[in-house]
This record gives sequence, C-alpha cells and structure tokens, in this order.
Amino acid sequence: MAYELVIGLETHVELNTESKIFCSCGGHSSPIEPNDCVCPACAGMPGMLPVMNKRVVELAATAGLMLNCEINRYTTFDKKNYYYPDLPCAYQITQLNHPICVNGLVKVKTAAGERDIRIKQIHMEEDAGKLVHGGNSSYVDFNRTSVPLIEIVTQPDFRSPEEVVTYLGKLKSMFKSTGISECEEGAMRCDVNISVREEGTEEFGVRTEIKNMASFEAIDRAIRYEAQRHMDALEFGTEELVQETRRFDDVTGKTSAMRNKETEADYRYFPDPNLMPIVIDDEWLEQIKANKPVALDEKAEAYSEMGISDKEIAMLMSEHTVAKLLDDVIALGCNGKDAAAWILTDCAGILRKAGLKLKDLAITADGLSFLIKKVEEGKLNRGAAKKTLIAVIEQGADPVAYCDEQGFLVEVDSSMIESVIDKAIESNPQAVADYKSGKEKALMAIFGACMKELKGSGDPGQIRTMLIEKLKN
Amino acid sequence: MKYYMVKFSDKGTIAVDDTILVKGELSCAGSHILDGYKPLFSAEAVERLIAKGYEIAGKTNVGEFSLDLVGEFSYYNELEDGETLKGAAAELVKSGEVKAALGVDMNGSTRRAAALSGVAFLKPTYGTVSRYGVISCAASGEQLGVYAKDADAVAEIMTVIAGNDKKDGTSLRNESYTYNTNDDVKGAKVCVVKELFDKADDTVKANITSYAQSLKAQGVEVEEISLDFVDIANTAWQILMCAETCNNVSRYDGVKYGHRSENYRNIDELYVNSRTEGFNFLTKAVILYGSDVLSKHRYADCYDKALRIRRQVADKMKELFSKYTAVLTPACSKTEYAQYDIKDAFTKVFEESVFTAIPNLVGTPALVSNGVQLMGNHFDESKLLSIAKTVERKGE
Repeated sequence: MAYELVIGLETHVELNTESKIFCSCGGHSSPIEPNDCVCPACAGMPGMLPVMNKRVVELAATAGLMLNCEINRYTTFDKKNYYYPDLPCAYQITQLNHPICVNGLVKVKTAAGERDIRIKQIHMEEDAGKLVHGGNSSYVDFNRTSVPLIEIVTQPDFRSPEEVVTYLGKLKSMFKSTGISECEEGAMRCDVNISVREEGTEEFGVRTEIKNMASFEAIDRAIRYEAQRHMDALEFGTEELVQETRRFDDVTGKTSAMRNKETEADYRYFPDPNLMPIVIDDEWLEQIKANKPVALDEKAEAYSEMGISDKEIAMLMSEHTVAKLLDDVIALGCNGKDAAAWILTDCAGILRKAGLKLKDLAITADGLSFLIKKVEEGKLNRGAAKKTLIAVIEQGADPVAYCDEQGFLVEVDSSMIESVIDKAIESNPQAVADYKSGKEKALMAIFGACMKELKGSGDPGQIRTMLIEKLKN
Repeated sequence: MKYYMVKFSDKGTIAVDDTILVKGELSCAGSHILDGYKPLFSAEAVERLIAKGYEIAGKTNVGEFSLDLVGEFSYYNELEDGETLKGAAAELVKSGEVKAALGVDMNGSTRRAAALSGVAFLKPTYGTVSRYGVISCAASGEQLGVYAKDADAVAEIMTVIAGNDKKDGTSLRNESYTYNTNDDVKGAKVCVVKELFDKADDTVKANITSYAQSLKAQGVEVEEISLDFVDIANTAWQILMCAETCNNVSRYDGVKYGHRSENYRNIDELYVNSRTEGFNFLTKAVILYGSDVLSKHRYADCYDKALRIRRQVADKMKELFSKYTAVLTPACSKTEYAQYDIKDAFTKVFEESVFTAIPNLVGTPALVSNGVQLMGNHFDESKLLSIAKTVERKGE
C-alpha cells in the first residue's frame, strides 16, 4: 500500500538581542563562565519583575513579516508552570492565546516540486537554563534563562524529510543573513510532529512527536526512522501506534517513547499579570516594516544584478554584518561590485593573514567608502589603500587619519599630469615613434613611465586619455 | 507577639513589612521556606523613602505571605496564650514607635490589622506604587500601601513613594502623584453597602453607624445601598489570588535559596520535602486551591470565569462611583480576633476577605480609618483621605 507522510514542525530560534527578554542581562550569546550572565530577575529571586525587551517584539514581528505572517496588534504573555531545577521561577513566560504572528506562508522547493508550508503562529518566549552534572552533584547554570526565543509552528504541511530540511535551511539562512538570529550551534531546535496515512485519504494517522532536536541531519534521520516505524505498524501490525512524545537517539538512530511523567503534564497556563498586553499600533508596525532587512532571495538577486559573483553572494549571506557593511558602503555611493571585491578579497585576505574571520571585520562604512572613493578618484594609490586597510584591521586605525598621517593622499591637478606626460614623451622617443607607426603596444611603455613618475596617484583612465591625445599631435 | 523580624535602627521612623525587601536585611515574608534570605536590592518604595531622608527602623513580622487574618501565622511569631491577634506594623504605628509603616495589601490582612489597631492604612490605586521589591503573591491585585496614625501622615508618605517605576511593567505612567487631605467634603455622597454591613458584628455595626453620623454632621450625604455581587466578587478574587500565589511561590523549591530539606535522595524529594517543611498549612491550602483552579479541567469554570467577573465588577463599581464619592463598609467583621487553629484559616480568611476583596479585584483604592473602610474610585485617594480627616478631627 502507498503511504503519505504528514509532518508539522515547531522550531525554536534564539533571537539576536543585546539583552535578555525580561531583564537587562547582556552578553548571553558569547561563551562565558556558568552564571556570569545572571541577575536577580533571570535567577527568579523574589521581588523582581519582568520588564519587556522591546527589541524582542520587533525581531519577532520582523521574522513574522519575512514568513508572510499577519502581525497581531494585541499580543499577551502567559505563564507555563512546571518544576525543573533549570527553571528558576518554576514557570516559563510564553505566549498561548495571543501570539505575536499568525497565518504565514513559506514556499519550499525540493526535487519533488514546490510546496506551500503554512505557518500557524510564531510566539515569543524565554529559554530555560541548563543543568551540569558532575560527580555526585548536579549544578544549575542560569546563563540561558530568559534568553529570547521565538517558536515557529507550522501546519502539518510537509510530506517528506527533504521538505523539512529544506525549510529549516531556508529559515536558517534567512534569519542569519538578516541578523534576526545568529543561528549558531543549538540556537535552532525542533520538535517534529509526524503521522502516516494511506495515500489519497484525508484523515490524519496517529501522531507522534519527536522532541528537541538540534541538527538537520538528526532531524532527517529521525523522520525516516519514525516514518518507517509508522508504516511497518500500519502495514504489518508490528506494534500499535499511540499518540506520544518520543526522543531520538543519535547513536542508535532510533526513537523511543519518553516517560509519561515528562509528557502528560498539565502546565496550568494563565495570563501573566506582570506583563501588560503589548499593543503594536500602526506607527510601530510601519517602523518595523521599514526596518525589515531585505529577505534573502530578494537580496541575493539584487547583489547578482550588481555583478557580484555567486561565490561572493554566498559569503555575504552567511555573515549579515558584512552584508550590512556592503549595503551601507553602496548607500554611500560606491559601486557594488567594486565594494564587494574590496571587502571579500582585499579585507578578507588581510583578515586571513591576521588569523581573523570575515565577521571580525571592524571598519566603518564611512571609512571604507572613503578609501574606495579616493582610489577611484586617483587620489590614493591601491597599495597605499591596502596598507591603510592593514592598519585599520590590525591596529584599529582610523582610515582618514591614517592616510593623512602617512601622506598617502595626493592632490593631483591636470597641469601636473600634463608636465609628467610631456616628460615621458620626451624621454621615450623610440616608444613614441613605434606607437605613431601603429604599434599600439608601445603606448604601455610611455604610460608606465607616467605612472611611475606619478607614483600611482592620478586617475589611470584620465592619464591614458590625455596621453593618447598628446600623441596625436 | 513578635513585632520586628529585624530591627536595625532606633532612630528609624518607618517600619517595613517583611514582604518588602530591604537590601542585605533578612526578608522572609513570615515563611520558613525563605529562611535566611537576604535580598541584593531594596524595594523601590524603600529606596524613595531613604532618598528623601526617612530612616527605616526595621522589618516587621507578617503572616506567611500575608495570607492570614492579620499576621498570626508567621513562622517566626511568638504568641502568648490568650493574646488577641494584632498586626505588628499597625501596633508599632499605634504605639508611636514609628511614624508610618509600609505593608503589602493582598488579601486584606493590612486593612484588617489597621482596623483592629485603630490606625489608618491606605491601599492605593493599582499601578501607582511600584511593586518592585515586593515578595509577590497575587501580582494582579496586590499593592504596596501605607500605615500611619492619621490621614495627613498617610498622604505625606504616599506622595514620596508613588509614581512611575520602569522596573515594574504594571507601573502607571505618571511620574508622581500628590495626595492631600483638604478636599471639601461638603455635599459628598457616601453609601453604606447593606450586604457587607449585615455581615459584621454589633460592635462593628455600631462603629459604622456612628461614623456615618459623623459624616452627616460634616454635610456628607449618607445612603444605604445594596450590592448583590459582594460574595461573588470575593470568590473571584480568592480564585485569582490563590492561582497567582500558587504560581509565584513555586519558585521556592529548595534549589536556590531559603529552606532546603536535609532529607532527600533525588530532585523530586528535594522539592517535595523542602516545600512540605517550608510552607505552613494555610499556604499549602492556597497552593492546592490555586493549582486546582488553573488545571485544564477547571480553568474555564474557575479561573477564566473569575477574570470575567473581575471585568463585570469593575464596570459595576465604576457605575457606583459615578453616583457616590465613597463606599463605607466594615474592614472586618469583628473588633477583636481570638487565636484559632490554622486548619480553619483558609475558610476564616476567605469569609473575612469579603470586606476587602473588591479593591484588590478591580484595582481601586481603599482607606481604613477609625476602624472602618472607605472605598473610592481609581485615583480618588485624596477624596478618601479628606473624608477620613473630617472624622479624625471630630475625634480630637
């Protein structure tokens, strides 16, 4: 019998904010010692109250806009009660009844064709801490408590593991390239709901949920294993399927049922009285829309039109800060293709030699566009520009001040260029004669002499034109 | 009885209930579960008083999480046989040892204590005083208020502590509020609620009647009215209060601070034994009741219904305050409470809270003065204080 796989996903994504969702603790995304990033609020001490981080609302709404969701103008928080030592308040603040985004849509393209995946909702919530086990004791680390997350819940619209992995890859690059999430290891976690039904039927089969998976590869394997288990049960009656929560064992490649205790909890949700409902008015929504980074596909297309290579686009997509730098430099009037080369060839090379990564690039858009423009205008030679970049990257120098100190900037006027050209013609009679007799290559010798004399300053194109003009006489 | 949990200054003029944090000082909310807990920060109201030059005398004993009548079931209390029940902060104010005290009004214990001791206590409008640094139980209706000997002293302290605090998401936007006691009360209309009047004993009834007489003598109109929803409003508040308290005290689990049982082999036993030893019978009853009303099968009929009742009562009270300046009621059914068994506490407090629940449920202010209670509309504290002052003056 032919069977159809039906899958729905709940994906948790950590938002890239400077501080936690309900307190001002920062730096949670960098590796630090346990409990370094903790205050009385995120440690659940009595007397502290949650205060909403506005940025979380904006990022969640932005993610919703990218997934074509409606933004709920009235959104509220609920408390979810359960005991676990890594949850300091014994409740998690999340959204049950009025999530921030609903009714979205994502198109997923695989070899089998394109499919619409409907997004049921996106809600905001806080993360829990973690337990560290050692010797006879367990320890709690609250660094991650109250780290902002969004949970993206789809309708059961996936029909294959390929679609699931493609969708997750799309989310990942979308969020990473726009800075909504760093999407580092473990910052995206998935619960997979899966059932199998006879092809052509409408009714859903018995659903099982595989909890908390972080790697795409494991998700793919887990779905394949679970689908086979369901089909064997339906086809051969190997076991009776029950609605339950399961976990995937990465080593054995199998799923197994979780204890009832972990799954049949009544979370006793209720509205959090400490957090007033958030009202997103027209003005705020317009602002969020205006600040929405251009989504991946559109952005890649725009870069491509500028003549930026596919390889360079891939690099830009993986580092949103670099893409942002390029966008800003372009906005300051530089040519996109040239600017991309400056960043991804020149700067990247210097970074590599210094043992740094592309994301470590610390130059302002103003600084970089200054260098690019001066080179274009012929007021700075390329070698000097590169030396300046080295000083910026390795010593944190200011590009404008550095060029000034080093005397790199040359003010060229045409009368000076003219006298240099005259001199070059005078001292290269053989080349001049050759050129005039039709050997165009001979021009290079005279041109080279000019450039040597000018020490690389001056606009080469302009000099060449002036030289040719002179030689006509 | 025990007055102070900790006393740290003889010169201090303000006492602070043990449900309110003072940096570095023991803060246990009357509960064994918070044994030895010293906070890293002070409540906003405490900071504001200190900034204005007031000195804090010490932390006053309260009943465990202020869930009892007036403070009788503090883990740290020392009651003598036959001693009647009083509130520690209210008694300190009455004796003149301190000028005023801060208390958290959550389920009426502060207002009952003020009535028994014959001092004033104002439960202000929800959101006017920051709850930052209050050991929170019922966040949606609890409010930090002021005990003092008279209306003027209440107004003075309230003016210092009220006003927006960014650390409290429920804090209202006004930077400051001012309180006065000299509104003209002539022509004001006050109503007495028959249903609440009838629930009080004869002494309390006589107090209400004589208070009404005094008001009439000052040119205030007094009428009796009927409010048929006082019991349902109280039940709604008890549901919300228990649910929120159950949730807020969940964090006291023996893992991070406070009492941890010595007797456990795994995390479940650590939780169960620490909490079994750390909470008293009344708190356990509130936790069970609160847990029940939030459970899947009861939520719609209990918790959600209570929220709907809250909205309806708010509408009805708004309508009432369009006709009357204030509502005059008892703050409790008696003028003296004898000691009693903690197993009866849940029911007893439930019954007594019928007098105090509406302001907690709908966030309106209430003032206890001369043993009676005046409820007012949102932000009408000064009207209540002015009415109370005219009667205080007559007593002089």
